[in-house]
Amino acid sequence: MKMRLDEDDKTADFEAIVLPHLDAAYNLARWLTRNDHDAEDLVQTAFVRAFRFFGGFRGGDARPWLLTIVRHTFYTSLRDGRHAHNDIPFDEEMHSAIGDYDDRSACGVGINPENLLARDDARKAVNQALERLPQSFREIVVLKEMDDLSYKEIAEIAGIPIGTVMSRLARGRKLLLEYLKHHAVGG
Amino acid sequence: MDCQESQQLIAAYADGELDPSAASGLGAHLAGCARCAGAYEELLNLRSAIKAHGMRYAAPAHLRQRIRAALPRPSPLRRKFATLPWAWLNFAVATAFAVAFALTMVLHLSVPSDTERLEQEIVAGHYRSLLADHLADVASSDQHTVKPWFSGKLDFSPPVVDLAAQGFPLIGGRLDYLDGRRVAALAYRHRLHVLNLFVWPEKIENAGWRTVASKQGYHLASWNDAGLRYWVISDMNPQDLAEFKRVLQAQIATGG
Repeated sequence: MKMRLDEDDKTADFEAIVLPHLDAAYNLARWLTRNDHDAEDLVQTAFVRAFRFFGGFRGGDARPWLLTIVRHTFYTSLRDGRHAHNDIPFDEEMHSAIGDYDDRSACGVGINPENLLARDDARKAVNQALERLPQSFREIVVLKEMDDLSYKEIAEIAGIPIGTVMSRLARGRKLLLEYLKHHAVGG
Repeated sequence: MDCQESQQLIAAYADGELDPSAASGLGAHLAGCARCAGAYEELLNLRSAIKAHGMRYAAPAHLRQRIRAALPRPSPLRRKFATLPWAWLNFAVATAFAVAFALTMVLHLSVPSDTERLEQEIVAGHYRSLLADHLADVASSDQHTVKPWFSGKLDFSPPVVDLAAQGFPLIGGRLDYLDGRRVAALAYRHRLHVLNLFVWPEKIENAGWRTVASKQGYHLASWNDAGLRYWVISDMNPQDLAEFKRVLQAQIATGG
């Protein structure tokens, strides 16, 4: 698609190409910041930067391009201290309470949260589980499970190797399963 | 494939990231291993649970509006300007100019030329002199009476000759205003006809120009001689007019 960069056309192109991914951007921002207010600020800032850098967009799927900017803007603001670093630490307590939940026991009896929990409880549990994930795992899980991006695309967005994507995904999923099982048994 | 290797691949398999050969290898293992199959199923269930219950936050409407409002917009005037149908406008303007030009030419060509205008003035002046019976302010056939009368009234000295011997007795002289200047008017009689002779100085570049014309029943003739423009007008026939001119010029030439 021919990129027109004189001002009037830039706005028109931006609205047609980037603006449709506003919800995806907001979803990631919301899962990163974990509150609406910060998510809105983050998305607003990200879109300002996205417009500024729109000239450098080479076409193709604008969603990963936009999500990269959202993620980068988030971590920049963290570094600048704009957002309180309200991430929860790796939940050692929960991890140890469950016991030896290592790779071998993952091959034990399968857990289906749908079977264990009523619908509303399932929704609450899943979202709480996601929210309690450490940031670096949470963002990879969101990009994988909600945006359905490939390992390669996630690696590009997050600026990490594919192997790191896979390991963060695995560890995030492990924690989610632990939380859901823990929650299911009345925790 | 053993369980250890299988464990490593289950996630990639569930995510559709496994290449075909590894995928078929794992698939075969899963078919025969309850533990690994269970792990695989657990992962699938987790994925579907997140898909089903995980909050997909949508941007609030006010955020969307705020972002759209922040994008640079062209001013309505500029956008209107840019989207004008310029090709048609240019064509219309060009046509309008062409029409205006044609119209101007038509009007220009229909406007009387300077000569035409002058002729009309002379006709009017001649007619008025007859109508008001104002042929002379100095009524005398004596050129020695009429000629001095003009001095102090004109910035030049008109030739005044009595041509009674030739059949054109001088009635008298008066002042008139033609072609934007004060001129000498000399009235002559010929039988029952009246003739007005108008004289004024003329720029050298117009010297060669002569004309004979008929207007509204009157006959006119004009010529230049020695830096003076002469116009005669009368209702007498053109031949008599030509005769008058001949005798006048002959008389002036002899210094009469």
